[in-house]
Amino acid sequence: MKHTNDVILETVTSVITFIIFLFAVHLFFAGHYTPGGGFVGGLMTSAALVLVLLAFDLKTLRTILPFDYKWITTLGLLISVLTASGALLFNVPFFTHAYDYFDLPLFGKTSLHTAMLFDLGVYLVVVGVTMTIIQTIGESD
Amino acid sequence: MINLPLLPILLPLLTGVILMFFPKRIKAQRAVSLISTMLTILASVVLTQVVRTSGIQSVTLGSWPAPFGITLVSDMLSALLVLSTSILTFAVLWYSTVYLSDEHERFFYYIAVQFLLVGVNGAFTTGDIFNMFVFFEVFLISSYVLIVLGGKPEQLRESLKYVLINVISSALFVITVAYLYGIVGTLSMADISQKIAQSGQTGVLTVIAVLFLIVFGLKGAIFPLYFWLPGSYHVPPIPVLALFGALLTKVGVYAIIRTYTLFFYHETGFTHELLAILALATVVIGVIGALATRDVKQILIYNIVVAVGVILYGVAVMTRQSLEGAIFYLVHDMLIKAALFLLIGVMIGITGTSRLNEMGGLIKDYPRLAWTYFIAALSLAGIPPLSGFVGKLLIVRGGFEAGYWIGPALVLVSSLLVLYSVMQIFIRGFWGTPRRYAGKRKAVSGRLLLPAACLVILTVFYGIGTEFVRPYVTQAVDPLVDPSVYIEAVLKEGS
Amino acid sequence: MEIIMAIAAGVLVTCAVYLILSKSILRIIIGTGLLSHAAHLLVMVMGGLKTGDAPVIKDGVTAYTDPLPQALVLTAIVISFGVTAFFLVLAYRAYQELGTDNIEEMKGNDSYD
Repeated sequence: MKHTNDVILETVTSVITFIIFLFAVHLFFAGHYTPGGGFVGGLMTSAALVLVLLAFDLKTLRTILPFDYKWITTLGLLISVLTASGALLFNVPFFTHAYDYFDLPLFGKTSLHTAMLFDLGVYLVVVGVTMTIIQTIGESD
Repeated sequence: MINLPLLPILLPLLTGVILMFFPKRIKAQRAVSLISTMLTILASVVLTQVVRTSGIQSVTLGSWPAPFGITLVSDMLSALLVLSTSILTFAVLWYSTVYLSDEHERFFYYIAVQFLLVGVNGAFTTGDIFNMFVFFEVFLISSYVLIVLGGKPEQLRESLKYVLINVISSALFVITVAYLYGIVGTLSMADISQKIAQSGQTGVLTVIAVLFLIVFGLKGAIFPLYFWLPGSYHVPPIPVLALFGALLTKVGVYAIIRTYTLFFYHETGFTHELLAILALATVVIGVIGALATRDVKQILIYNIVVAVGVILYGVAVMTRQSLEGAIFYLVHDMLIKAALFLLIGVMIGITGTSRLNEMGGLIKDYPRLAWTYFIAALSLAGIPPLSGFVGKLLIVRGGFEAGYWIGPALVLVSSLLVLYSVMQIFIRGFWGTPRRYAGKRKAVSGRLLLPAACLVILTVFYGIGTEFVRPYVTQAVDPLVDPSVYIEAVLKEGS
Repeated sequence: MEIIMAIAAGVLVTCAVYLILSKSILRIIIGTGLLSHAAHLLVMVMGGLKTGDAPVIKDGVTAYTDPLPQALVLTAIVISFGVTAFFLVLAYRAYQELGTDNIEEMKGNDSYD
């Protein structure tokens, strides 16, 4: 991709990316009991990354996030599969989740759920896959 | 261990994920995938034995009650198919370690095979119609990766068609499931069967039955929908071809068996007659194709089509005997097709061509290869006491007993012609004047032969040991003849 | 509302068939995208469109929305997203290798007899 000197886009991007990213995190945690979740959170995050990609270029993105996205996908898959198969250890059906309420400092009464770990895996997979696809198509230009 | 039906799906899934961490280290990839596939075979053996002793196993994911959650159901049919899938995948993987170039192996080959195994085993095991769609997609996406392995121009061209056909059939699958859901309001296969039995099979449900036939027929390559198969299966490397030929069409066939015996068994007048006619047309077309070509790959590819027709004819007749025959033949065909493809892979490896006109005299230098192929070919055609015989016998007898004669007669004639088509490879490829060959894999032909020979020996035992296998197959037929067996096993579990 | 949605699905299928039958690979891929959209829309319609009720079933609650079609559609969308992406990459590779995006020119048999 040719680098263009697009001042407005670059300036706006550097601010807005963080807002999108925070919103993505919000969506991710909101998915616990209300609409949201790992999938849409992941898509939102990759939207932020794509915005960076559009405003700057692949190299900038790589310096900001020096990860191999395939590796992120794999990690996400592993987390999800292991969370789901954790049920095997307790001899209950696969995918059975455990949850309870805890009193955490700062948050107060919070519900913790193993489904969130699964969702974290989904989040990573979505970010990884989306970015891999976009990079694969984008790189060959 | 209530999650036992899940193990043959979960093990390859975990392996696939772990392999993705080091895609470029071939030696580790080979070792890990072979060991894990061995474990998968072990799990399938245990599963089969458990199903044998204590009946249908079912587990509902996430501890939801049965008709609401996704259920995985292992009846004997699923368990047998999962077992044969795991075994032949192991043989193919073993073969691949020798056959494929490093370049191919580095291209996510082992990962894709593991995910293919996840999808196929999952599709065989699942008791939820939408979940079946998901598992179909899992193995289809893996097959997209495998079919472009190597990236030759003609491969890209054919895989475009392959992907397009499968995307369209997936969309049709979703549409069909949507219709079905709109009418019965449930996705659990046991529950669907129950609801249809209660409300009666109305005209709309017959339409859905035909839609399912189109969807699974596209995967299983039945008569008017087989057109993509000869072209697409011709292009990938031999181990991939063996996996595709042995597994992918069989999943379509399994899905037809499942839906036609579990859902749409009330009004067999239209649906099953249609299935019978299409199955026979499939046999005829397959035989014509196999006789018309002089290319070893194409001969066997058309034989896939023939086998699909024969099995589905057994299903369409819908008597106990013919269904037993269909299952016998299904398992036999998975193993023997994989073995045959691996064997012609050795031939192609030695001669460097897949054209029969450029082969000849291989028996002089490679007698073991020749006689292994000979046994496999006889077995495919169904010469007693080899494994193809029992299945065909039961299908034909079932057909005659149900009062048909055209169908069984066609199946019998097709056996002869199948024998002729595969013997042509033997006569033209192994007999005749020896030539000088410059195939790339000439030096490793002995090592390539080993996994294929193991599969052939296994099918020989499958044929000779029919008495031993029979009770398993009888048990597999029980839920097909009487769906209430299946329904009770699934829904009782949840309550 | 169901009628309108069903017609919309029908229109989508029509457009999809038209596009899939054209010669350019890119149009065909867009066609498959439209086809899966139509399928997803159909799942929603067949599940019954209902507004104003929560998707929970509990003792004493009589009116509820069926959450299942949405779950199905989400799954199907994710799958078709992945497949379409793969299809695009494949088409691009094929275009590079074969030098054409015209299905007509991709015909031809390999020289097996």
